[in-house]
Amino acid sequence: MSESRIHSAAAGERLERPENWNRPQRMEIDGDSQLLEVSMGPHHPSTHGVFRMDVALDGERVVRLRPVFGYLHRNHEKLGEGQSYLSSMPYTDRLDYFCSLSNNWAYALAVEKLAGQQVPERAEYLRVILAELTRFQNHASSIGFLIQEMGASGTPLMYAFREREKILDLFEELTGARMMCNYMRFGGCRVDASPAWLEKTRARVKALPGFVDEFERLLAANEILMARCQGVGILRPELAINAGVTGPMLRASGVGYDIRKVDGYGIYNRFSFRVPLGEHGDVYDRFMVRLLEMRESVKILEQALREIPEGPVMDPRLKLRNFRPRPGEAYGRIEAPKGELGFYLISDGGPNPYRYRVRPPSLINLTILEDMCLGHSVADVVLISGSVDIVLGEVDR
Amino acid sequence: MFGEGILKGLAETARNFFGSFVSAERLTTVEYPEQRIAPFEAARVFPFLVYDGEDPLAGLRCVACQICEKECPPQCIFIVKSSDKKPDFVGKPQNYPVRFEIDISVCMSCQICVEVCPFDAIKMNTEFELSTGDRFGGLLLNLDQLVKPNEYYHRIHPAGAAEVDARLAGEKAKAEEKAKAAAEAARAAAEAAQAKAASEAAAANTTGEAGAAKTTEGVGAAKAAEETGVAKAATGEAEAKAASDAAKAAAEVASQKQPDQEGRR
Amino acid sequence: MKTVEEIRAAIEAAVAGAGVEVVPNPSPSGQHSLRIEPGHAVEVARFLRDDAELALDFLSNVTGVDWLDREIEETLPVTRTVTKLVDGAEQTVEEMVEETVKRFEPGFLEAVYHLYSVARKHGPVVLRMRTVNRTDQVELPSLTPIWRSAEFQEREVFDLYGIVFTGHPDLRRLLMWPGFKNHPMRRDYVEPDDFEYEPTAHDRVLERALAHQSAAELAAAEQAVSGGAAASPAEAVAQPEARQGTEAGA
Repeated sequence: MSESRIHSAAAGERLERPENWNRPQRMEIDGDSQLLEVSMGPHHPSTHGVFRMDVALDGERVVRLRPVFGYLHRNHEKLGEGQSYLSSMPYTDRLDYFCSLSNNWAYALAVEKLAGQQVPERAEYLRVILAELTRFQNHASSIGFLIQEMGASGTPLMYAFREREKILDLFEELTGARMMCNYMRFGGCRVDASPAWLEKTRARVKALPGFVDEFERLLAANEILMARCQGVGILRPELAINAGVTGPMLRASGVGYDIRKVDGYGIYNRFSFRVPLGEHGDVYDRFMVRLLEMRESVKILEQALREIPEGPVMDPRLKLRNFRPRPGEAYGRIEAPKGELGFYLISDGGPNPYRYRVRPPSLINLTILEDMCLGHSVADVVLISGSVDIVLGEVDR
Repeated sequence: MFGEGILKGLAETARNFFGSFVSAERLTTVEYPEQRIAPFEAARVFPFLVYDGEDPLAGLRCVACQICEKECPPQCIFIVKSSDKKPDFVGKPQNYPVRFEIDISVCMSCQICVEVCPFDAIKMNTEFELSTGDRFGGLLLNLDQLVKPNEYYHRIHPAGAAEVDARLAGEKAKAEEKAKAAAEAARAAAEAAQAKAASEAAAANTTGEAGAAKTTEGVGAAKAAEETGVAKAATGEAEAKAASDAAKAAAEVASQKQPDQEGRR
Repeated sequence: MKTVEEIRAAIEAAVAGAGVEVVPNPSPSGQHSLRIEPGHAVEVARFLRDDAELALDFLSNVTGVDWLDREIEETLPVTRTVTKLVDGAEQTVEEMVEETVKRFEPGFLEAVYHLYSVARKHGPVVLRMRTVNRTDQVELPSLTPIWRSAEFQEREVFDLYGIVFTGHPDLRRLLMWPGFKNHPMRRDYVEPDDFEYEPTAHDRVLERALAHQSAAELAAAEQAVSGGAAASPAEAVAQPEARQGTEAGA
């Protein structure tokens, strides 16, 4: 990883940068070639949702790319101002609809910061278990979709979905729903996990490393995949940090920033796990980082399932109805599978928040999509946008 | 060798393909609708209302408190409260819903209505085969379509239903104990009143002879007083009480006779 | 990491004339903010990013907030001259009297920035910038040249709140379509009522939908729905066309 100068600068030293260093480079066009403007999306099988890219092509090469979204805009933030704190929780499920439990945790964390609410220990363990299961199934789907976009016609995707189904069955047994779980509450979790559920989860987690091995054997040394992904969509670390990129995309560029380690929210500092980093910042690195993070998730799951204590899962003094935190504001963030998911809440003492803001990782990771795609071909654009791993529910809210 | 990675991948695919014929782990699909997977106990699809016993309206647990209507995030519940009351499972008179409608095209199955209901009246159903041809009316469930017996709730959610029943039985037992204690207190108060009456009657015995003719009335009035007072008194005490009551009753009857006759006319 | 007061001192030492104020946060989160004047905002931002000790190289979140005009009633002790009897004689004396005063506080739009440091692994540092008012003076300097992650987020704040970021490379609407008027996240935004009549809409939604329909259209729509339950599939398919026919004809 190339250390940027800021890491080694002396105290008081001001760094100079060239003008427009963080703006996309202008591509040179051949004298007499005409630009072809293509609109990729919003109805498109490979754009991960209702997402449009206005691409200007010089032959097969991308000269300019503008992402256009808002097709799934439901004004979730305005809805949040009209709902009480408890009633907003089911809406957070629908932000990044693949990872509803992570969204629940981020919102619960922000409200707990705002109100100074404590969480019992068993609830913290359950949160970690569910969040890591969510991360596993999200990365599996993300890799599966990426492979499908390369033309593998869905077979690795269906293997990933087979594992995902087993995890979703666990979610349904505990929370009542496969995807829209609505399980976390500020102050803990909604219902306790039975010993039978924990045993089932342990059995599933035991089978997960076998699946990751199989997936890796299927794909990681595949020559077609390497030829298509290596050297494509390179993202430099300084640009990644400056553009607010977070999550596996940032770590694939070599920047070791994982909010689980930095903030240590919940009880993550009790578990030993590593943070995989990439070297080149291309599509292949992002794919490998996600694969390795799946293995680390399994490690965390094994530790959490071993150490989970008995106890309550909700603070009994907390009343969810008519919950009125003191006036003030709080910004709470977690390491969601897609990146840094943050909630910014301003309370005015009433039952509804005054301002309810979601910091969407997918939207902000799209900021440098143009930079990554310039000079590549259209087929690579599909791969690069797939490696960003966006979900439109989060981008548009 | 170039292409080794691809060949290894193909070997994995072959293992999955042939393995799905022999191993249940690899074949994860079910031929719906000929085969069905039983829904999980905790699964939540759309809400329904629980009633105890045989009569859906008499045994309905819902008291139309409208808390679920207020807390529902997409506001899909519509309740109209009754103006009269009916007794609930502990005998206390409560309102009931005249109209209770859930628009399941809006409902997002979040289960917040179940969480906030203080009466365990609304629970989540697991039935999902609800498709209908009528886009608006067919997806608006009214009270008749929403009520289901407690036995149905036991069938779909045995553990939860058992817990709810235990809790409600506990509340009922507590309420009955409270009623018994109240009855005991009333009886003790009535006995104290009788003792007082006995001492008063001893003093009023001389004037009691004036009302001796109306002793039968007095006995009737005393019997009525006993019934309302819940206590059984000894005959001696009854007579003393009757004497003092008769004195009071005579005065009352004398003042009331005129309006009665007028009323009957 | 330095406390908010120390950061303020550092900014004022580095950027001459920067008006920085600490805005305390009463909630248990303890995330106090720094309010910076728009005039020197870009230089302050550059200092915060490039300073070796703070190294706030990561802009995590840009938010817009709408603070409406407020009328505040306060009971304050005020000195007033009153004529009263003192020792039997009328005199003009100065006294402290409690009076309820009404104050008008004009509203403004605010942009809030949450900064973290990837190099030093600390944060958050919260910056706030306020516009002059909510109506015509809504410009703020854009921090996109300093942190690229502000590009889409400032576009969103412009789209939903109406703050115009001067110096932004490409300020257009992000989530709403280009021809949209008005700014949806403002507190006084009124949604348009031109939605279709749906028979099961209740209360507020129903009232507003009814306001846009004539009686004839409503009767026809009711007919279509109530008759449709028993009709054959062919008729059911034909009904939307019939409804549109009556709407067009009415």
